[in-house]
Amino acid sequence: MLNPIDLAFKKAKKENRPALLTYTVAGDSSKKQSLVILNAISKYADILELGVPHNTPVADGSQIQTSAYRAIKNGIKIEDIFWIVKKYKKDKNSKPIILMGYYNMIFQYGEKKFLEKCKKVGVNGLIVVDLPWPENKSFTKKCIKKSIYFIQLLSPTTSKERLNKIIKDSHAMNYFISMLSTTGGKLNVSPKKIMTNYFKIKKINPKKNVVIGFGITEKSIKSLKKADGLVVGSAICKVISISIQKRQNPVTNVANLVKKLKYKIL
Amino acid sequence: MKLKKGIPVIDQGNKLGFWGGKFGGNFVPETLKKPIEDLEILFNKLKKDKKFIAERDKYFKNWIGTPTRFIKLENLTKHVGGAQIWSKVVSDANGGAHKIYNATVHCLLAKRSGKKIICGDTGAGYAGKMLSMAAKKFGLKCKIFMGAKDIERQQPNVRAMKKNGAEVIPVYSGSQTLVDAVSECMRFWVANCDTTAMCVGSTVGPAVFVRICGWSTSQISRELKVQLIEEFGSIPKKLKLYNCVGGGSSSFGFWNEFMDYDKKQCEFIGVEAGGPAKSKKHAAPLTYGSKIGILHGAAQYVNQDSDGQIEETESISAGLDYPGISPLHCFLKDAKRARYTAASDEEALKAYKLVTKYEKLRPSLEPSHAFSVAIREAKKMSKSTIVVVNSCGDAYKDKKILRNRLGRKYA
Repeated sequence: MLNPIDLAFKKAKKENRPALLTYTVAGDSSKKQSLVILNAISKYADILELGVPHNTPVADGSQIQTSAYRAIKNGIKIEDIFWIVKKYKKDKNSKPIILMGYYNMIFQYGEKKFLEKCKKVGVNGLIVVDLPWPENKSFTKKCIKKSIYFIQLLSPTTSKERLNKIIKDSHAMNYFISMLSTTGGKLNVSPKKIMTNYFKIKKINPKKNVVIGFGITEKSIKSLKKADGLVVGSAICKVISISIQKRQNPVTNVANLVKKLKYKIL
Repeated sequence: MKLKKGIPVIDQGNKLGFWGGKFGGNFVPETLKKPIEDLEILFNKLKKDKKFIAERDKYFKNWIGTPTRFIKLENLTKHVGGAQIWSKVVSDANGGAHKIYNATVHCLLAKRSGKKIICGDTGAGYAGKMLSMAAKKFGLKCKIFMGAKDIERQQPNVRAMKKNGAEVIPVYSGSQTLVDAVSECMRFWVANCDTTAMCVGSTVGPAVFVRICGWSTSQISRELKVQLIEEFGSIPKKLKLYNCVGGGSSSFGFWNEFMDYDKKQCEFIGVEAGGPAKSKKHAAPLTYGSKIGILHGAAQYVNQDSDGQIEETESISAGLDYPGISPLHCFLKDAKRARYTAASDEEALKAYKLVTKYEKLRPSLEPSHAFSVAIREAKKMSKSTIVVVNSCGDAYKDKKILRNRLGRKYA
């Protein structure tokens, strides 16, 4: 059986567009609200990344940090995150879910127990920011045994030789970091340059889906639409922060943004 | 878990950078893999290069000032009435603390790699101050990340950094102390690793940073070994080396050359920050049995909750106020080569009062933790036992805290 992630890419390809991936932090700003947000954006997004908030995030910029600290402050625990996914997956319009976080949370939970729980609640993929290749080799094998994709990150600093090795060991989806930056940085490389790098990666194994993330906003998304998929994270987290500040409803504001993003890539 | 003899501890990690198979490693974002690998190649080459070592030694000697003094604390010994209490006055080093060794080596490496900017983290402000000094000396632009809370409590060092031309960037996230400064510094490096070198201020972080720092601070024990032989004719039969442990850079450097001696002859005692006596918070993961976790790229014992969120620490000494601990010390603890204990804020202050009362020595709050335990234990030891405390920092930076806690007389 195909992983729902594959189906999502297939569907987007059929519609001649990149898949739209969103990133929101679980528990931002509360357990219930983050679930409502997932439900609200399901209509427009193809794959939903759900951030597992951590309090020493070494690769996240200020927007995602703010969301993560807010979620932790409001008491979110790892069991709540599984609850959110479980509830969300009961919705018949639900989309594939990728949990994204830092390795210590998985390590403390126990790799085996964590994956069993992921499988049980319906997680389809994992991104572990600080578990690079080859350190992740044994964990990725455990993931695929549970039919969960481990998504490898590829960066502009990744050497050609390393790219080949990582992609060889990777599952059906990889994530290309557009530029040297933490999440949410201002795009400091031209979209053309990003796409050139992207196609170099794509050529190594055209069968594997590669998404681009970091620094993608409403403004820049259109120029990258040749990719298999595009991830928007910080821009969404920012909308949640601003909505809270202005006492507006984050759910409608986020849904509106995702809707706009979708239209840009049609 | 066992130490190997004849191989430097910094080189006892496995292929993936794990000491004892489980401490350390490289838990870093993909973007940093390449710069870390480049640094590893450069460091592995240069640490065997005689010219580079000669260059290092030249700066250590002429600029940092080696050796730092090794003195007997006669009055304190008399007062305590037990073992002989000596001190290695590492605060004699240029800038007033051991952090200068690591900062100098990182700047030398940055020069070799052609980087023009160097960034670093700091807690007590010493790592930052020294990096700013070394950067100035070697013509590098310098950015220092420091928790807002630490900026407030360690002003003299902040002023020194600015005077040296460094940009001090306050970090407002989390607990606004060292842990957040290290995170922010790593994030800055993720975004700027093509132009910027990073100096991690202690024996923490991804494996190569642990190794570079340990290699640099080992200067302390190289000097001490010579000084002990000069003083006693040989390494004493009963030698006890006391050192405070935050990240663990000064203690590792203070012990490294004595690693292969039997622990019955050379015992290592690491003193962590126990925090305020009435508080549950502390910065002593080894003493209070914290679980292994991943912090700043390395597996180590670290204060954390059951979910794996890093816990806030509390200590009067900014330099020890860190929830984790060097993988090297985790290794030394589990291999039973070193013994770890903690001193509270109050005990450190009491030790500071006692040392300054009897001696012309002003240890900062960090080594005051080590003095506290050394004094307590020395009482019960024979006169032939040699206790050496590493006075790795000067109290000048702690003026404000000392005045508040002990009154004007002690500041």
